[in-house]
Amino acid sequence: MQSFADAFGEAFRLIASFDADLRAIVFLSLQVSLSAVIVAAIIGLPLGAFLAVSRFPGRTAIVVAITALMGLPPVVVGLIVYLLLSNSGALGPLQLLYTPTAMIIAQSLLITPIIAALARQTIEDLNDEYHQQMTLFGLTSGQRLVTLLWEGRFSLMTALLAGFGRAIAEVGAVIIVGGNINHVTRVMTTTIALETAKGNLALALGLGIILVSIAIAVNSLVFALRGTAERAAYA
Amino acid sequence: MTRLTLLSAGVAFTLAAAPALAQEGDFIIVQSTTSTEASGLYQHLLPIFQEEAGIEVRVVAVGTGQAINNAENCDGDVLLVHATAQEEAFVEAGFGVSREPLMYNDFVIVGPAADPAGVAGSTDVVDALTKIAESEAIFASRGDDSGTHSKELELWEVAGIDVAAVSGSWYRETGSGMGETLNTGIGMGGYVLTDRATWINYGNKGEYTVAVEGDEAMFNPYGIILVSPEHCENVKAEAGQTFIDWMLSDAGQQAIEDYKIDGQQLFFPDADESQS
Repeated sequence: MQSFADAFGEAFRLIASFDADLRAIVFLSLQVSLSAVIVAAIIGLPLGAFLAVSRFPGRTAIVVAITALMGLPPVVVGLIVYLLLSNSGALGPLQLLYTPTAMIIAQSLLITPIIAALARQTIEDLNDEYHQQMTLFGLTSGQRLVTLLWEGRFSLMTALLAGFGRAIAEVGAVIIVGGNINHVTRVMTTTIALETAKGNLALALGLGIILVSIAIAVNSLVFALRGTAERAAYA
Repeated sequence: MTRLTLLSAGVAFTLAAAPALAQEGDFIIVQSTTSTEASGLYQHLLPIFQEEAGIEVRVVAVGTGQAINNAENCDGDVLLVHATAQEEAFVEAGFGVSREPLMYNDFVIVGPAADPAGVAGSTDVVDALTKIAESEAIFASRGDDSGTHSKELELWEVAGIDVAAVSGSWYRETGSGMGETLNTGIGMGGYVLTDRATWINYGNKGEYTVAVEGDEAMFNPYGIILVSPEHCENVKAEAGQTFIDWMLSDAGQQAIEDYKIDGQQLFFPDADESQS
């Protein structure tokens, strides 16, 4: 397989040169996807925790729906966000289409269900464990939510990383709402799609290798921070 | 941990704020085709224009059908595509100001060295398509409502072959861009109709060569249209017109002529004499 050898060659060449264009693309990818994770965490974690501890009619239906939405196709999310942000759409006056902000919105929508669904499972398990204790301390339901989110913080990191993985890897949504505009909304995945279209397969695969390396670096960083924090917490 | 979380949140939000700053300045959005983008033309032209006019041009490269649709939704200031009939209909419907001829190149049919349909060297496209259909050699179609796709359907119709009826057998619609279709078509050992510019700039040719070329019916004209400010209030008519005027001017036409890969010219200037 000549192309694989070529691809690694290209990847090393790209990393070695690491020119301004590539830096900007990598930076924008991280900026968009990390921002999306933060937005999705702000919505998804409390939502997941709330669903974990509360009991009301229709709760199961909501849980099933959110879990199912983990499989939301990126291209569908892209289409929905496009129709909303288009100048002929409801949010057209905001002038957000073909900007990084539009890409953050799309990726946030895509990964909020993932973070909410995984958080719900984690918190529900924790709640079983701590339920009696929290009742004993007479905690209000708001205090319970905060306690559970805090106690589950290390496990919840995995939910955030799952969301990040989905966001940084997807191409279907960002290519529609971002438009893959050079120097404006071009990210790693859309560059890979474009280079594939140009038939530059080794270059495309080389970029893919860099993308995976970045994902590994982000995950390593989180695990290292988590290790340090865990030691500090239980020391 | 809290401090770290806050810190990382702070960093990410600073990152998120950055693009808002970068978006200042004058820019227009051009809805265009995958073929012009994949050929590398814009990377050659746009820096020259930006230098001269101080206007940034942001290109959204999609199939002609989608580009026209996006422009109709007011999501672009200028439309630059290659499907004359659809472009004229766009202007007719009041979505565009007027269509100006900009440049042209031609379509070619590329095929494998083995040439299963025996069409290599042909200059008669209708005859070649008939042979491909008769031998049931694989043909990969864009199938995406793009300019290239409509051209291809037009040619099949002239040849009197109903490709819709055989879709999925030897006639295969990829439903994707020019480059992706070349990747797929070459992977299947089939013939592909492509614009010459994309083909010259395409990096995965393998054993493929141009089989059919030089037929007048394979002429591929590109037009440029300002999206109508009457239809879309948000259109940056002045900046868009500046871009169109430059593209049609001697300087713009010369820049198009100057774009070469391996000594081959990819696009030929086509603006009316009166315009330049």
